[in-house]
Amino acid sequence: MQIYELPADMLARLIRTREISAVEALESVLGRIAEVDGRPGSLNSSDDDPEDNERVHAFINLTPDRARIQAEEIDRRTAAGEDPGPLAGVPFTVKDIFCVKDTPSTAGSKILANFVAPYTATPVSRMEAAGGVMLGKVNLDEFTYGSSNESSAFQPSPRNPWDLTRVPGGSSGGSAAAVAAGEGMLSLGTDTAGSIRQPAAFCGVVGMKPTYGRVSRYGLIAFGSSLDCPGPVAGNVTDAALMMNTIAGPDKRDGTAANMPVPDYTKDLKVGVRGMRIGLSSEYFRITYFDPVTGEFDQQPIPEEIESAVLSAAGYLAQMGADIVEDVPMPHTKYGVPVYFVVSRVEAASNLHRYDGVKYGYRTPDSVDYLPELYRKSRAEGFGVQSKLRILMGMYVSAAQYSEQYYNRALRVRTLIRNDYEEIFDPEGEHRLDALLTPTTPTTAFPIGEVYGDSVLMQYADQFTVPANHAGVPGLSIPAGFAGDGLPIGVQLLGPDFSEAKLLQIGMAYEMATQGEEWRRQIPRIE
Amino acid sequence: MEFQNALTAFESVIGLEVHAELETKSKMFCSCPVVDSTVSNPNVAVCPVCTGMPGVLPVVNQRAVEYALRVALALECEIAETSIFARKNYFYPDLPKGYQISQYEQPLARNGRLKFQTADGEREIRIRRVHLEEDTGKLTHVHRDEETFSLVDLNRAGVPLLEIVSEPDLRSAVEVRAFAASLRTILRYLKVNSGDLEKGVLRVEPNISVRTLGSSELGTRVEVKNLNSFRALERSVDFEIKRQIAEIQTGRQVIQQTVGWDENLGMTVPQRTKEEEDDYRYFPEPDLPPLVIEPEWIDSIREALPELPDAKLHRFIQQYSLSEYDADVLVAERSIADYFEGTVAALAETPQVEVSPKTVANWITGELFGLLNHHGVAIEQAAITPQDLASLLQMVSQGVINQNTAKIVLAEMFASGKPATEIITERGLTQISDRSFITDLVDQVLSANPEQVDEYVHGKDSIARWLFGQVMRSAKGQANPQVVQTELDKRLSALRAAEGH
Repeated sequence: MQIYELPADMLARLIRTREISAVEALESVLGRIAEVDGRPGSLNSSDDDPEDNERVHAFINLTPDRARIQAEEIDRRTAAGEDPGPLAGVPFTVKDIFCVKDTPSTAGSKILANFVAPYTATPVSRMEAAGGVMLGKVNLDEFTYGSSNESSAFQPSPRNPWDLTRVPGGSSGGSAAAVAAGEGMLSLGTDTAGSIRQPAAFCGVVGMKPTYGRVSRYGLIAFGSSLDCPGPVAGNVTDAALMMNTIAGPDKRDGTAANMPVPDYTKDLKVGVRGMRIGLSSEYFRITYFDPVTGEFDQQPIPEEIESAVLSAAGYLAQMGADIVEDVPMPHTKYGVPVYFVVSRVEAASNLHRYDGVKYGYRTPDSVDYLPELYRKSRAEGFGVQSKLRILMGMYVSAAQYSEQYYNRALRVRTLIRNDYEEIFDPEGEHRLDALLTPTTPTTAFPIGEVYGDSVLMQYADQFTVPANHAGVPGLSIPAGFAGDGLPIGVQLLGPDFSEAKLLQIGMAYEMATQGEEWRRQIPRIE
Repeated sequence: MEFQNALTAFESVIGLEVHAELETKSKMFCSCPVVDSTVSNPNVAVCPVCTGMPGVLPVVNQRAVEYALRVALALECEIAETSIFARKNYFYPDLPKGYQISQYEQPLARNGRLKFQTADGEREIRIRRVHLEEDTGKLTHVHRDEETFSLVDLNRAGVPLLEIVSEPDLRSAVEVRAFAASLRTILRYLKVNSGDLEKGVLRVEPNISVRTLGSSELGTRVEVKNLNSFRALERSVDFEIKRQIAEIQTGRQVIQQTVGWDENLGMTVPQRTKEEEDDYRYFPEPDLPPLVIEPEWIDSIREALPELPDAKLHRFIQQYSLSEYDADVLVAERSIADYFEGTVAALAETPQVEVSPKTVANWITGELFGLLNHHGVAIEQAAITPQDLASLLQMVSQGVINQNTAKIVLAEMFASGKPATEIITERGLTQISDRSFITDLVDQVLSANPEQVDEYVHGKDSIARWLFGQVMRSAKGQANPQVVQTELDKRLSALRAAEGH
């Protein structure tokens, strides 16, 4: 076994006991990256290199020199008998939506391609303070707008390590692909509609969207500010818990960060599920589309393989003593995507206002002598199509004459979605659930180019994940085997506010129960 | 004449929108210091948050909320238990985020009122709302060497800004000025704003419409900007009222627009019309939780509120038997009112020497103001404490020094900071009331000026005044003038009597 294949928690232990040096670990991972990642995403990638199709392309910016300085410092501290922290020497990647001081922070957009951040995002600085070694920035959909990574201005975009013709999912596709491919044990992602959980499911890794406010958003380049959650992408549940320990907690720089103490998520990880009530809802076993003309519902069942993966997981949990509660009503699930179309776009359009070519980022090289022309040209040339679509729609639905019809209405439906969860998790209520077990995604990873361009269809990849963002509740996606096409399937656990510890316990129970299964031994082959 | 008649046939309806920067130590949503952006170097009080870097988040400055609550309570507003910050979206280089964090549908406070004095008596104006927001940066447009460009200074970006909106209850330019001045006084009393219109720390924007007298409908309103003095405010309102009436009189329509006051031209100049106004696409600021104000906090702020100018005015008139005019001058600044009361209190410690509050008021608004103005010093910085002034006035009252000497002593106290007694002793300024000494002086002066005495004796009364001056001069001004007058009169009338006149 190579060092780059070790889980984070084991590697940190070995580094703290000086059995492996942080530099050694770093070099192992850098070697792996050199082997499998191929050229990093860039703005000028017009010439297709056939080799591109054989590589992962998780990175936009690899910063090995910075990482080496950090690794050497970890080794110096362990040599001096100091404890560098729970992530001692663990190489990790950061979705390029977070600012890291003195490094390019691009958001996957041309408009920020030349932007070097003057400060570091809170979750990144917490990981570094815990001894983590940052490898660099990984690719994403432009400003996180997508579920496949194809919208990144930095091409080639990441590939799914399990099948390089497939997308890794998104928008934290670079994060999930990197962890799956052994390019860093942990990755810091963000989840606005499923952007951690969906790529985690597509790439066969663990991803957690924490409760809104559990992890500070300071330094996260905003998409839908009321939905965005930074969270871990990791190889297993223990590593996700370890990472949650470092990144969660109050932050005086984020007024929406929860002012609550952080439990040790790793402490009771193995308590099991006996007596827990875990629900299944039929709403999560079908996709509901709205006919764009008639507005009627059109329902389709999800693939049987995915449904049976969820039921099989339920079976394991039941065997371990959990009560499985079936037919839990979640009547507003189907409104998750339409509501998201409105809420996220209003916030996104406003969040994108600051990219105006005046202060930083891309400015049109053309000479202009009229200020609005500077804005128009810089933004027209700097933003990609997904950003423009979001600006257009966001501006439209928040315009004074439409905001009641769309935005305010969407906010009311959002409350109904939240109520669905409050009811099923109510300890005095009818269902009294500890968690809801669902598929993470309605499909496995789709082929590159197949869905991209149809932003409505793309959005339905998020149908099972986005309601949790509306409600603010936490969600955990864990690998649950493979489909017939060899692609990973993920299942999702959703719980009430601040139930991360419990979700991780359930995930851990399932992980342990399936440890002996054949599929657990599969690794992606990148050749 | 016809136009004058027209003026009386119309009524103007005016509301004010006032923006006051709050004098907190740090900005509204970050920890950058609040600096005087008219003197500071550009872009020194900035950080990633107030320059709108990607990924930053605002955090509410609790002190700014406290200051806002002070104002809201002083204006007798209803405080919202929960208010919501909202984004006001628009593009401009002085707005680094492309939106201003403000409050929209749910402001911090509503439904207040402000009472103030006018020449026609007391007026009460309703306050529609008071809300918190952030200031923008400042642009400087430069034309140099045939090049035109704009410089952006973000020192002011993110400074806490309080918006106070009145109902359209004002009816004249004079009233608008009185209201604005009164509001300014309150802000200064609450120590939340310096009230400096020239520096733009306080910005007053009237919106004005006119209608035929007796009508209850509102006319088309015009908002006036770019007013950096009370004089400009009054003039612009006056101008705008007349302009609108003239428009209607000549059969044209008043266009809803924003105009700017041009001080040099003495007129308002159109800036933009309603059609060009932006849709700001307000929506709740997702980066800030609702602002929840605990009732206990409101109570503690209310209890700590100072006595406000209007209440103080009435108390001064009653308690100190001051004229309304004197009281008004004294309460215009909290520091002056405090100074006055400090002096009165110091005097009360030795009640056997009587100095009336009226005398104190006269000295403060006369001599002391003169010195303050002359030296450009604020009363808080004056070297003369209320105790110093009290002891000086007591010495005048006791006849130790006379009024004129006291003025000289005051000026020196002002310059040196020494107490009055020390200056009087040092310079030998104690007033002489000793009758025998003064009689000797009078005799010396009379014998030294026989010609003038002769003229007096022969009927030229005015010489008496000149002789008085000579006596005072020989006493180096220290003689008690009453005693000098009495003794001189005695001698002169004796001389006339001897001559048989």
